[in-house]
Amino acid sequence: MPKITTKNLNLWYGGFHALKGVNSDFEVNKITAIIGPSGCGKSTLLRVFNRMNDLIEGVRMSGEVLIDDANILDSRADLVALRKKVGMVFQRPNPFPLSVYENIVFGEKIHGRGSSGDKLDEIVEKSLKDVLLWDELKDRLNHPALMLSLEQRQRLCIARLIAVRPDVLLMDEPCSALDPQATARVEELMRELKNKYTIIIVTHNMQQAARVSDDTGFMLLGELIEFGKTDIIFTAPEDKRTEDYITGRYG
Amino acid sequence: MRKIKEFVIVKLIQVCGLASIFFVALIFLFLLKEGLSVFKTVSPFDFSFGKNWYPISEPAQLGILPLISGSLLVTLGAAVISIPIGVGCAVYIAEIAPLKIKEILKAGIELLAAIPSVVLGFIGMITLVPLVKNIFHLPTGLTALSGSIMLAFMAMPTIVSIAEDALYSVPKTYKEGALALGATHWQAIWRVMLPAASSGILAAVMLGIGRVIGETMAVMMITGNAAVMPNSILVPVRTLTATIAAEMGEAVVGSEHYFALFAIGIILFIISFAINVTADLFLQKRQQ
Repeated sequence: MPKITTKNLNLWYGGFHALKGVNSDFEVNKITAIIGPSGCGKSTLLRVFNRMNDLIEGVRMSGEVLIDDANILDSRADLVALRKKVGMVFQRPNPFPLSVYENIVFGEKIHGRGSSGDKLDEIVEKSLKDVLLWDELKDRLNHPALMLSLEQRQRLCIARLIAVRPDVLLMDEPCSALDPQATARVEELMRELKNKYTIIIVTHNMQQAARVSDDTGFMLLGELIEFGKTDIIFTAPEDKRTEDYITGRYG
Repeated sequence: MRKIKEFVIVKLIQVCGLASIFFVALIFLFLLKEGLSVFKTVSPFDFSFGKNWYPISEPAQLGILPLISGSLLVTLGAAVISIPIGVGCAVYIAEIAPLKIKEILKAGIELLAAIPSVVLGFIGMITLVPLVKNIFHLPTGLTALSGSIMLAFMAMPTIVSIAEDALYSVPKTYKEGALALGATHWQAIWRVMLPAASSGILAAVMLGIGRVIGETMAVMMITGNAAVMPNSILVPVRTLTATIAAEMGEAVVGSEHYFALFAIGIILFIISFAINVTADLFLQKRQQ
């Protein structure tokens, strides 16, 4: 059973039709990449899954988005619970202007799980180990997170997310602010994380999609043109527009 | 010809630029010259910590501790009232209010800043003073509390506008990050936005307090002007500023009393200066 299913999903920003009848399935323990030229709606689609688009005034949606068989577009959907389950990593690393430690325990604290000091320490250690930052930062847990390098910040943001124990990780161009080496390391991290999570990554970097993803969706002007196994999308796409895009004819 | 014109204009602008510093220096020098003379007859310690202010008795007693206490008490009261309301108002405008209400509130705050202090004092005298008198069953409503409440109104516009600005300039990504982790709107404000804006908010508070401590007219009208050591917020007090304003007209030029009033001026100057520098430090920290 797919983790996330969209059925005839439409989205409008005021009068602008940004997503047009998107049907897709996102599988557990796989990395699904969404590619397409700027403005094609790929970030918008990603932001439907944790309802971040709700922050923008004048957004309307129709259709269904099922996560674990519950329609998250339902007006009664609990956004706090949804965002606990569906976490997001942003394009620009955005750690809070707090210490490394406080960044990671943020989720634990807001969700009032009432963990004590030892438990919190444990969560911090485990989360940092999961993103391979523990050895670098274990002596600097009280340093401000804004002192870290860009890559470290992005990893910290992933650690902060993992500490909330989500099921789904949404990544909105998570490497666009990083240099090639840091990008390679974050991609490696994604491959390790996919055993535990459903990962959806939006990227304008086709090579990255080809390297890390199992499934790929190609979007153009708000439509999901083609969706399938990454190997097939990149070697034998069915649609002419997909082929033109991945061979670099536009975008 | 064009060069000469350019030269003259540049020099003129330079003079304008330096004039403000020049005037501040002149004012400070004048204050020092007049004010320091008082210490020929009173020691700085007795002046600052003396509990009696009887400037025209024989011999004059020039202890300004009651005046300092009065100023601090009124300012503290105003701070306690205006900081939570001001910061709360800033949070509401920056984060919660719909666009229309936001516009109306901002205009209202500006209007509040535009009310002359003598008008505020007058309104306070007519409405607030009797109210305080009746609520607390006091012989007079002209108390430090009345002054604090009125001054809170004067500090609020400064606090609200600067704190709102500080909240507004917190990167949107912080808020998004918090919400994406499942924080409620309030948790995002309390745990992320306010800490991120804290230096700007502290600057706002300092500038608000700076405005209060230098305020004269309203406090003179409604605090009762009794230069005695206050033992509660419900008694009449006299502030440093009100003392200068009330007594300068009757002090004989060149007398001890006259010099003492200038010395009070120096103290006010130092307090305001310290507050403004602190606010500046917070603002600089925010920009980093």
